[in-house]
Amino acid sequence: MSIHTLSHLDVLESESIHIMREVAAECKNPALLFSGGKDSIVMLRLAEKAFRPAKFPFPLVHIDTEHNFPEVIATRDKLAADLGERLIVRSLEGSIKRGTIVIKDESKPRNPFQSVTLLETIAEFGFDACMGGARRDEEKARAKERIFSFRDEFGQWDPKNQRPELWDTYNTRVHNGENIRVFPISNWTEMDIWQYIGREKLYIPSIYYAHEREVIRRNGMLVPISDLVQPKPGEKVEVVTVRFRTVGDVTCTAPVESNARTVDEIIEETASTRITERGATRMDDQTSDASMELRKKEGYF
Amino acid sequence: MNTTTQLLRFITAGSVDDGKSTLIGRLLHDSKSIFEDQFSAISKTSEKRGMGAVDLSLLTDGLQAEREQGITIDVAYRYFATPKRKFIIGDTPGHEQYTRNMVTAASTANLVVILIDARRGVLTQTRRHTYLASLVGVPHIVLAVNKMDMVDYSQARFDEIVAEYKAFAAQLNLHDVTCIPMSALVGDMVVDRGDNLAWYKGPALLELLEKVEIDHDVNTTDFRFPVQWVCRPQSEEHHDFRGFAGRIEAGEVSVGDEVTILPSGRSTKVKEIVTYDGKLQTAFAPQSVTITLADEIDISRGDMFVKASANPPKVEKAFEAMMCWLSEAPLDKNRKYLVKHTTRTAKCLFSSIDYRVDVNTLEKHANPAVNMNDIVRVSLKIQQPLVFDSYTTDRATGSFIVIDEATNNTVAAGMIA
Repeated sequence: MSIHTLSHLDVLESESIHIMREVAAECKNPALLFSGGKDSIVMLRLAEKAFRPAKFPFPLVHIDTEHNFPEVIATRDKLAADLGERLIVRSLEGSIKRGTIVIKDESKPRNPFQSVTLLETIAEFGFDACMGGARRDEEKARAKERIFSFRDEFGQWDPKNQRPELWDTYNTRVHNGENIRVFPISNWTEMDIWQYIGREKLYIPSIYYAHEREVIRRNGMLVPISDLVQPKPGEKVEVVTVRFRTVGDVTCTAPVESNARTVDEIIEETASTRITERGATRMDDQTSDASMELRKKEGYF
Repeated sequence: MNTTTQLLRFITAGSVDDGKSTLIGRLLHDSKSIFEDQFSAISKTSEKRGMGAVDLSLLTDGLQAEREQGITIDVAYRYFATPKRKFIIGDTPGHEQYTRNMVTAASTANLVVILIDARRGVLTQTRRHTYLASLVGVPHIVLAVNKMDMVDYSQARFDEIVAEYKAFAAQLNLHDVTCIPMSALVGDMVVDRGDNLAWYKGPALLELLEKVEIDHDVNTTDFRFPVQWVCRPQSEEHHDFRGFAGRIEAGEVSVGDEVTILPSGRSTKVKEIVTYDGKLQTAFAPQSVTITLADEIDISRGDMFVKASANPPKVEKAFEAMMCWLSEAPLDKNRKYLVKHTTRTAKCLFSSIDYRVDVNTLEKHANPAVNMNDIVRVSLKIQQPLVFDSYTTDRATGSFIVIDEATNNTVAAGMIA
C-alpha cells in the first residue's frame, strides 16, 4: 500500500468536480453562471473535468449588465463556442424594457440590478440550481455562505437560517419555485485561481494582464475612462500601466497599477500584494461595511 | 509559493474569553495574511470603540446582523497560506448553539485547536469540545493553553493542566493530542516562539500546523467509490462510452483490479480510469475520476464500487448511529425522514432512541426527547439497503445527514456505529 499525496490544487479541483456532479445528478434543471471573468473561466474548466467526454448537462447563463468590458464579452462568446456548449444571455436591457428595472443614472453601476434579471431568467427557464464562481475569501458575507446556498422564491439569502452543511454530503432539495445557488469554488483563494489558470494554461481576457489605459484617480482608486465614465471638471486623465484583478461593471471596477504581463508575474504579484482583491477594485463594495450582505439578501449571487 | 503545497483544514474551539478571536487574528497577522485594507478597517473600528491597541479579534467579526446583536452566526471560513501549506480555518462561535456549529465545522477538519485559559484550566466546555472532536473523529487535537502571560509563564501550571487534560482525553481514545503553552495576546508560541516560554521545547502552533502528517487522515486501504453520475456521451465519437463518475472516498484502484458493485454484488474488472487530463493507471482518494468496466452491468447513481479487503462494508437496511440533532423542531419518532448517505438518498424511520449523551458530563440519559444540539444514540431502519462502513473506519462512508421532507431542511448529522 503506497501513500499518495495530492497538492492543494488537486484537492480543491476534486472537491469542485464532486460538487458539480452532485448538482448535475440531483437538481432537475441546473445552470452554470458564466461571465467571461477569470473565476467563471476556471469553473468552465472544472465542468469539462467533471463531464467530458460528454457535453455539460446544463447550459451556460450570463446576466449581461451591458456595462461590461468588450474583451470580457468577446472571451465569453469565444469560450462558449470553442467548447460547443449552449450559452444563454439575458440582458438588463430586457428588464428595463419590461419596466422591472428603472435606471435613473446611466453612469451608475448596474450590479444592484443584476439580481432582478437573474431572478427573471431563473423563472423563464425554471432553473432550480445556479452554479456561480463566488469564493469565500472575497468578502466576509461570502465567508459565511454555504456551498449549497438555499434561496426562497424571492431569491433571498437568510444568513441566520442556513442549512447546516456537513462533510461533503450536500442537501440539494428545494420546493417548486425555490432554488439554490451553488458555489463549487467556495474554498479557492485568489492565489489558487491564478495558480490554476497557470497550470491549466487557461485563456483569459487580455485586460487581466498589464496594459496601458486612460484612467483618472478618484478616492484612491484608478477609474478607467469609458463611454460611461468621463472626467469631471478638474480631473486629470493619465495613461497608466494597469491590470484588472476583477472584471465587473465598467463604471465600478478599478484596475491596479501593475507590470505583470504573464500569469507567473501575476502570481508573484498576488503573493506580495497587501490589499484584498475586492478592496482594491470594487467601488460598490465600499459604500458600506455590509454592501455584499445586503445585496445577497436581495437575491444577488 | 509552489503548487504542490498540501491543504490542511482546521477549526478553533473555545469562547471569546479564552482569546479565540485574538488567536486567529494573531495567526493571520504574524503569518502576514492580513491585508492592509482589512487592517485599516479594524484599526478604525478599534479607535471608534475607544481601544488603545488594534483589536485583532475584530478580524473575525462578520455580518451586519452579527455586529448589531454582538454575536457570531454559524461558521465562517478563512484562508491563509505559508510557504509550506495552505490552510482553511473553520471559525465557530462559542455561544449556546455551539454543539451544532462545532459538529458542522469539525466534520471536514483534519485538526481542532481547543483553547483554554491558563488561569481557569480544564473546564466543562473544554471537555465538551474534546468530546465533540472525538465524536466527529477529528484526527488531530491541539490543546492551546492560552494566556500564559497571566500565570507568569509558569511551567508548573502548564504541566498541571496537561496532566488533567491527557487523563480525560485518554478516556475518549484520542491518540494524537499536542499541548502548547501560548499567549495569543503577546504573540508567544503562535507563529513566533517569543522569549517567555524558553522551557517549552515542543512546536509553536503554526509550526505544528505546517508539519502535522495528514496523509493518513483518509482511509488509504479500503477502496470505496460511490457512483455519482453515469457518463454517457452518446456522441458519434464516443458512441459506446459508458463511464461511472465519482470521487474515490477511500483507498485506491488500478486498471485491471477486480471490483464488486454493491448492493447488487456483481463483480467485474476495471477497464480504464478516465480523466480530462488523460487515462490513469492508478487513482486514489480523494481524486474525482470516471471508471469504465470490462463487463456491461446495470449500474446507477448510489451504487458503490469496492475491492475485496480485510474490512468489507456492510450492505444492510438498518444500522445504529450516534447523531447530532441540528433542527429547532424536535425529532418526531412517528415520522419518516430522508437519509442521505454518500450518493444515495432513502426514506428512514427511527426504530429506537437509546440514550442522549450529556456533552458536559458524558453521562447517558435513557429514553430522551431529541432537541436541537442533542447528541443521541439511535437505531435507524432504511427503506432500501445502504452500503456503509463504521464512521471510525471511514468518515465518508460512515456518515449521513437526515433531511425533513416537509421543509427540506437538514435536521441531523449521523455517524454510523
